[in-house]
This record gives sequence, C-alpha cells and structure tokens, in this order.
Amino acid sequence: MKAPLSWIKDYVDLDGKTVEEIGQALTMTGLEVEEILLVGLEKPAGQRLQNKYSGLSWDREKFVVAEVLEVNQHPNADKLTLCQLNDGKEIKTVLTGAPNLYPFIGKGKLEPTIKVAYAKEGAQLYDGHQPGLVLTKLKKVTIRGVESSSMIASEKELGISEEHDGVIFLDDDAPVGMPLADYMGDAVFDVKILPNMARDASIIGIARELAAAYGLELKEPQGLPLKTGGAIEDYVGLEIRDPELNTRFMLGMVKNVCAKPSPYWVRRRLVLAGMRPIDALVDATNYTMLETGQPLHAFDYDVLRKRANGKPTIITRRAEEGEKLTTLDDHQLTLSSETELVTDTAGPLSLAGVMGGQESGISAESTQVLLEAAAWNFINIRKTGSRYRINSEASYRFSRDVHPALTEQALGLCLCRMREWAGGEVVEGVIDQYPLRREDPVNTLTEADIERSLGLRIDLKEAKAILERLGFSCQLEGEILSAKTPANRTDIETGIIGKANLIEEVSRIYGFERIPTRRLTGELPPQLGVKQVEFEEQVRDIMVSLGMQDTLAYRQTSIEREAKLLPECKADETLRYVKIANPISPERTVMRRSTLATMLELLERNGRLAEGLALFEIGPVFLPVEGQLLPDEPKRLAIGLWGAKYLSAWSENQNRTVDFYDLKGVLEGLMQGLHLQNVEYRPLGDHPTFHPGKAAGIYAGETLLGVMGEIHPLIRQNYDFPEGAILAAEIYLDQLMPLVEKGFQVRSISTFPTMVEDIALIVDENVPASQVEALIRKAGGKLLVGVRLFDLFRSEKLGQGKKSLAYQLTYQAFDRTLSVADAAAIRKKIVKLLGFELGAVLRDS
Amino acid sequence: MSEIELNLQTEQEKGLQSLAAINSLPELEVWKQSFLGKSSLVMTTFGKMGSFSKEERPLVGKAVNAVKVAFEAAFASKEEVLKRDALLQSMESEKLDVSLPGRAARRGRLHPINLSLREIYRIFGDMGFQVYSSPEVETDDMNFTYLNIPPYHPSRDMWDTFYTEDENVLLRTHTSPGQVRSMREYYPNPVRVILPGACMRYEQLDQSHEIEFMQFELLVVDKGITFADLKGTIEDFTKRMFGPGADTRFRPSHFPFTEPSAELDMACVFCGGSGCGVCHGTGWIELGGCGMVHPRVLQYGGYDPEVYSGFAAGVGIDRTTLLRYHIDDIRYLRNNDIRFLEQF
Repeated sequence: MKAPLSWIKDYVDLDGKTVEEIGQALTMTGLEVEEILLVGLEKPAGQRLQNKYSGLSWDREKFVVAEVLEVNQHPNADKLTLCQLNDGKEIKTVLTGAPNLYPFIGKGKLEPTIKVAYAKEGAQLYDGHQPGLVLTKLKKVTIRGVESSSMIASEKELGISEEHDGVIFLDDDAPVGMPLADYMGDAVFDVKILPNMARDASIIGIARELAAAYGLELKEPQGLPLKTGGAIEDYVGLEIRDPELNTRFMLGMVKNVCAKPSPYWVRRRLVLAGMRPIDALVDATNYTMLETGQPLHAFDYDVLRKRANGKPTIITRRAEEGEKLTTLDDHQLTLSSETELVTDTAGPLSLAGVMGGQESGISAESTQVLLEAAAWNFINIRKTGSRYRINSEASYRFSRDVHPALTEQALGLCLCRMREWAGGEVVEGVIDQYPLRREDPVNTLTEADIERSLGLRIDLKEAKAILERLGFSCQLEGEILSAKTPANRTDIETGIIGKANLIEEVSRIYGFERIPTRRLTGELPPQLGVKQVEFEEQVRDIMVSLGMQDTLAYRQTSIEREAKLLPECKADETLRYVKIANPISPERTVMRRSTLATMLELLERNGRLAEGLALFEIGPVFLPVEGQLLPDEPKRLAIGLWGAKYLSAWSENQNRTVDFYDLKGVLEGLMQGLHLQNVEYRPLGDHPTFHPGKAAGIYAGETLLGVMGEIHPLIRQNYDFPEGAILAAEIYLDQLMPLVEKGFQVRSISTFPTMVEDIALIVDENVPASQVEALIRKAGGKLLVGVRLFDLFRSEKLGQGKKSLAYQLTYQAFDRTLSVADAAAIRKKIVKLLGFELGAVLRDS
Repeated sequence: MSEIELNLQTEQEKGLQSLAAINSLPELEVWKQSFLGKSSLVMTTFGKMGSFSKEERPLVGKAVNAVKVAFEAAFASKEEVLKRDALLQSMESEKLDVSLPGRAARRGRLHPINLSLREIYRIFGDMGFQVYSSPEVETDDMNFTYLNIPPYHPSRDMWDTFYTEDENVLLRTHTSPGQVRSMREYYPNPVRVILPGACMRYEQLDQSHEIEFMQFELLVVDKGITFADLKGTIEDFTKRMFGPGADTRFRPSHFPFTEPSAELDMACVFCGGSGCGVCHGTGWIELGGCGMVHPRVLQYGGYDPEVYSGFAAGVGIDRTTLLRYHIDDIRYLRNNDIRFLEQF
C-alpha cells in the first residue's frame, strides 16, 4: 500500500514529525515501511536513517508555483512555444514543447492564467526525454535562437509519475511564487500490508495506526449522511440471493454528472498511491477505496435501464455454469457456478468484488451513475480471483475480508466526491440490504492474561487507552477489561484466541522493546533425540576426516535428468516420483529419487575447475509408497571421485588418477569409522549405471548397503565429463544405521615382539582376494594378528589364468615371544589349507 | 738408543706432524696407509721383530707399540673431527628454502550450510534444545491448516508454494509443520526443540532468493512460557552466533501461527548498524520471524492454550551463513562450485 504523507495528514495531525520518524513509527507498530519515496520533500539529513529512501527533493529556491500568462509560437520551431510566465518575482519568457500548451497559442492574455510547476536554472530534476530516472541539472541553452535556462515541469521531471506528454496544470488556487515543495511536496510510504490487516489497506487505516502510536486523535472524514429508502427506490431494485456470499449491498445514485478530469490534487494523490487517474467519476471510486479500504463500483445507469427495458433490478447471485461475462479489461470469461456475480434481469454485470463488466461500466459519456458499495465473502473472492487469474485493487482488499460497516462510510464519501468533482445531483436516499449482520466480538482481558503471554505486567488502564486509540470500545470493571472490536476490522476472534489478539494489539503499540528478556528455566523435556540426525552427522564427520568435500544438492530435479543414469537416457517407467504441480522450470519437475544423479551433475559441473574431486553429499531421496499420502524420505550418502589422487606439488609429479580401489578405500574408511565388521563387496554385474567389471554391491549379510563403482562408459557419454574414470557410490544410510552400535570393543595390545614374514601364493585368477585373506586368517588362528596384501602379480611364467598374491603376515602372542618354529608351524597350516581349499601353491621367491 | 729406535722416533714426529696438516677424510685415508698400512715403518717393524736380538727385541717392541698407539689415537681423534666437519659441511648444502609451499594434504570440509548448522546445534544444545526432524514433502494440513492458515485464507499468500500432483501434498514452505508434529510427539511433556531442514518456495532465483533453502525453527511449549523467554533465548543465540555486537530488535508483525508475532532484526554485522548497502542503509538485517505460539496451533498440537503457552521462531540458515561469511549471493550455496567450497 502506497500512502502519501499529505493524504495521511488529512486524518491525523502529524505536524512537527519528520518523515523519518513517521516511517519508523509505522514500522515499529507492525506496518513495515519498505521504502519512502520522496516526491519533493527534503531527505532527512545527518543522523543514521532507519528507512530506505528513494525519489527526488525539490529545491525550495528553484522550484516554485508559477502562472502562465500568455502562450506564443516559437519564431523558428513549430513544436515549441514561448510562455510569458510569472514566478511570483518576475515575468519571464520560458521555452516549452509541451503539447498541452498548444491550444493556448495566440489566445493572448489568459484568463484565468494556467498554474504550473516552474523549475529555474540550476534545478535538479529527472530528464523527461530519457527512459527511467536520469537526474539532470537545468542549464542555459539556446534552442533555435531562443535562450532558455528554466522550464515548466511535467510529472516525470518532478518524479511524480512516468507522465511526460505535457506539463502539469495545477489547480487554479495554487499560490504563485510559493516553493513547490511547500505547495505539494510529498513523501510516499510503501507499507507492507500483512494478511490480517485488511483495515490498513487504506489511508484512514494507516492514519489510525499512527494516531494510536502517537496518542493522537483520528479525524475521520464525513461523507453524505445516508438515509435508507427514498427516491432512489424509483430508480432501481435490489435482490440478494445468497447472503453467505454477499452479506451486504448498498446502492446510491448521482444524476447529470460529467466525466471531466478531477482536480489536480486528486489526480496527484491517485498517482502517488499507484493508480491511474481516468476521470472524475472513476477517480472518485478509486480515491474513496484508497481512503477507506472499501472498494466501490460505478454502473452506467442508462445502460442498466436499457438492458431492463425500464427500472432495473440488481441481483447478486452465483453464476450459472457456463454463463459468460466480458470484463472491463476485455477478457471474456466463462463462469463457474462457484463465482458470485452482480447481475440484472438480463444477465451478468460484474464479477462481484473482483472486476466490473465492460458493458455496464461507466464511460466518458455516462451521465447517470449507480454506485455500488458491498461486502463479499472473502474466501469466495479469493477463489474467484485465482480461478480467473485476476488481481485487482478490489479483489486484493475483499480477499482480505473487508468489514461490511465500511460500505456506509465509503458510499457517503464517494457520492460526495462525485457531486463535487463531476457535478450532478445525488438522488435522495440509498438502498441498503444487510442480511447477514456481522457481530463484532467483545473480549475480556486481565493483567494476569497479559503477563502470562508477555512476561510483563501492563496496567489495564494503559491497555485500555491503547485499545481505545485503535478504535475498540472498552470498559474497565475491577480487574477485567472488556473490549468491543471496532466495526472496521475482521481479524479479532473470541475466547482464548480473542484474548491473544488483544494482547498482540496492546503489545505492539506498547512496544516490544519494553518487554524484558529472560533465560529459559523449567523442566527439560524427555530426551528423545533424533538418531537419524546424529547418525548423519557422524557419517559426515567421518567423510570429512577422509578428505572428502561436503556438498548440498537441490532436491528438485527432473525425470530426464535422473534418466541420464540409464542407457540411452531412457527413463524407467516403473519408477514413481513426487511430481511438482507448478514446477519453476522444466529442469525441476519432480523430487529426486537418486543422490547418484545429483552427484554426477556436481562432478560434471566441477570437472574442469580442479585437478581432482572428492565430493560427498548426505540428503534425502523421495520415494512414493503405494497407499501412503507422503513419500518415504530415506537419507542417502552419495560419493563422487574423479581425477588426480594427489594434489600436484612443485617437487614431484604424482599424477596417478583415481580408480575403483580409491573409492573402495573411502568406503572402507567409512566402515572402519563406523566400526562395522564383515562388510562385503560383491560384483554388481549388470547394473545399468556402472561398468560391469568395476562395480560392487556393498553388503552386510544379505542387506544391500549401497552400490559403488566406475561409471559405465556408455553412461559417461550422457554427461560432459572430463577425461578419466568417474567413480561414484550411493549408500543407503537407513540400511546402514541399524548396524552401527554406540560403542565397540577395543583390542588389547601385546607387549611381546611381533614376527613378520612374507608369503606369496599362486591362485586361479577368478579367486577373490577376500576369500584368500579369509582362509589365511582362518588357518593362522589367534597368533596371526596382521594380514596385509602388498603385491598382486601376473606373468607368463605363472601361467594363463593365474595370479600371485603376496601377503605380509604378522605373528604375535600375548604370553611369550614367538619362535621361528612357531612361525613355521603357522605358515605350514596356511599353505596347507589354501592348497586344499583353493589349490594355491607357494610361489618360489 | 738403537738406530731403529731413532727411526721410530723420527717416524712418530713425521707422522704426527703430517697428520696435523690433514683436513680431509681421503687425505686421512692416505695418511693411514702411509703410517699404519702394511708397508709402513710401524707395521714392517712388527713384521721383522724376529730379526732383532733378544736384548733389542723388548726395547724395539715397546718403541714400535708406543708409536702405533700414538698414531691410532691421533688418527681416531682426527677422524672424528673430520667427520664432524664433513657432516656440518654437508648440512650446509642441505639447507631448504622454507618459503617453498608445502605439499598439500587433501583436507575434507563441511559445506558452509552444515558448518552453520553445527554451530546452531551447539548453541541451542547448550540451552537444552533437542533436534527434531520432519518431512520435507508435507501435507497441506501440517504446512498450513494446523498452523492456523486454513484453505483460501489470505495469509496463504505469504508463501509461494510448490504443490505436488497429489492433492493435499506440497513441498513444505517452512520448517513450521514440525511444530505440530513435535508437539504431538512430546505431549503432555514440555517441548523444547529445534527443527532444522530444507524448505522450498516458488521464487525466481536471484542474488537473494532461492527455491530451496535451509531454515530452523525453535519451539518451546510449557506452562509459563512468555515473550520475555523468547527475547532472552534469541538474544543469547544471536550474540553467540554473530558476536557481542549483534543487537536484536523485535518488530511487530503478523504470522498466522504466532500471536503476538514479531520480525526479528539484527544490527547489521557488515556496518555495525551505521548503515550500508547490505542493510539498505537501515542498520538492521531481517533474520527471521517469531512470536508466541497461537492458541489454535497449541490446540492442534494437543496442548490446552488455557494452561500452556509457548514461543516459536524461524530463522534462515542460508541467510545466517551469508551473513557470517559475507557472501553476497545466495546462489553460491547450492551451486557447489569447488572454488567456493574450498574457501571453508
């Protein structure tokens, strides 16, 4: 809501308060001022400013009200005029190209003179000929032989609006010579209206908040006194069919009006408040809406009469399914039966509370106006607005629940304005149907209630004064304050909620800064903890300790992006996704099912920015489950490796790139960190994403904990990866977590010396190393405390299909120093068992 | 004194004299060959001992032995000196340029968001808050209705929501649905939880708007909880998180699920409150929203608002992170550019 200061001041006396103070006062009562647009007034100087400012200040010496006495043709230019102008001190000749002065050329001395905004040499203003707001300073120039150093200003040049088609014609009573800033300098507060503040989407509403904040009187404007019935009943009838949707409907009428322009001060206020001035009739409805918060609608009475072929009857009702209406802005709508309409006997006239219809709206030719002020069900208005995608000033307000009492104030004021600005006579009486009267809640409050919420005792007398300033009718009886909600707000409920509402009203005016601060005391809740989060943090710490970089991926992706994990990017039709109904872009249409896909995208993005990457991410995937409203959101750990194993250094070039075993090393590091024994890595076989020979499933018993390996060469082609193997893993943390115990058992360390020896065994190529090691450990028994594979060797000499595995074995006992004979005995057992189980033979050294 | 004895005496003088002049290990080796080698006078003298007369033999033996012992001792001490010199000399040539860069160890790092989150956990953990997590894909009821935002209510406009194709299921727009979920789990005990997590809003991505961001919510429900507790808790947090200069301001506002509601502003950490580009010259930065839990929300959580009260606060973790590390563009956080991440 844009609220010009000059307008606010009509209702509350803010003299002596600076723009800065007023902005802060609004912000600190809950009406956040997002920006203050200066339109002529000076920017507060000096001290730290807590508001954000924009706009233009008019130098009081250089901008004044002036009058154009005579308009003459420029001797050498068709499109320029020379104006005789009185700036209050002297008569000057001013050059201008404003088209709205052309009609006055050669008319001699003007009577009355034209009042204008005059900018003198050196004045700083916006360049009217450049797009946007470009500051410029008036300098002496010669245009086609005529010298010019000052100008008559347009709205754009003064920063009032974008309008630059002509200069401003001020109202006739503008005092010549007065500094322009004093005459009409303004500041526009851009106030953020929160959803519970329908009452404040109006200048009076904002003035009321300021009056309450400052303890000042609110001077509400008086419109025409209204009397129900009377002559108007001869002109029009009214029927409300659904009071739930249309709680109140009022009609007034003005005859013999003329849709001429409104006074300049009205047009300027409308522009500053963000609306476009049209003519006196339309402006009167918009002005009154901005002023009171009550939207109004004006019908061309002659059109209604013609449609009814006599006295029209206004009927408010739901649309019939499929009924049609063309709106003011020329959209033809096919209506739903949920939509509330204003109609007559011939059909729809307007979308109730949202937008008028084209046919019955007023135009420049209208002379008889029927004026509607009504109250509508806010939820229905909101549905209508979103169904037809219309966001009007009226629907903005009605969808926030406008109090039905405002119709009276607004109708009286608007009739008054129409008569004043457009001439004409107001038809006697109004029509008013109020079938569903709104009961304004009465709530009670005690000091204890306030203290229970705020931790602070506020004297009930002070609370009463605050509420009264906000319009509540209060009574203090002993220790109970009762407050009746004013007939302009709809956000106060009853009971315990009503109390909370009142406490909010009292506290925000009283000032949150006056509430003390306190540390929490009291009993702590049962210690439930969240195992998942704790486990996730444990895994994250281990990954970081392994030199891995933590990342954070988007949850929103697309099926196509995840299909890149599959051959030919062909999506798996059987996978169900959480699909977003209103995606922000075609790249983000579903919630991800895979952290592998997001990890590969991260590797792709960073591939050319580093010599090597070691990334991980912990986050949820979203898996819809049949018969379940919400998807499962299990946490996954994704790992991605690429490029140089070691960071390069000046002294040597360790340029080995990572392979399967580097990834496996990371996973082993993780499992060790979690103290998980007996994790197995089994060939993954025909997984679509991984290289068939370089991938493994990670198992604990028969539980699959995740998959890992080198990305399949064909899948690689779906991405723009740099050279080198891409390694990735996805670990199912929900499967892993239950296996991890809080504590683990530490091995004792023997004080006796160890004995170390090497053994090389030749086995068939297809025997997994893990099996060899397991058998060595089995044969070695308790005294074999260390088995480390240090060499893998193949050669022609060993023979086709054979490999040699060389292990370093460490023997140690807890009770004695082992002898050479002990070692030989163990070694013998090992060779025997492996020979028996695998046909392994010792390799000659 | 026999001739041989005289010769040995001369040999000793000669030997020790030449040894004194030696200052390298190879020269020392040559010297050793000359004076203690096979053909040296000392050794040849030992070799022809038998040729001396019975009377001469002990005298010559004693004399030659004395020379040998003298030579060996002198040699040993000379050798030690030379070796030490050689070591010192060799170290001279081993001198490093200590200003050359070290060989980088690969350091793992937390993502800045998780770095902030850790600190937030620690601070609130100290105050007795427990973490509680709840789904990111939520029901309309939990995200809105139970938070006093019924369908079609104007306050729904406060959030630009991603809906899913399943009716009544959406991507949560805030961590607040965790309020009702945690209350229902803790009831009838007191509640003191921190609800962290990802939230999603339909925003056009720019320098300060994200479609996905992290938030945490605080919720305290008990008998006798007041706005004063809220202020105290938040002030302790901001001062620990941002430093002692992080003054806070509670500005009246409206959230459907709190009453009274406040915006939480913090004195700008960039300019110390004197006004700069980040705070648009106002000296204040919006950190989040907070207030006393709305009676209707308490009811949805199972608590009787006539008996219990509570406070709630929601703070952006992305925003907190941007402020802590002076990051000027929120998009850095989810771009995962390695050149950004490696700065942490």
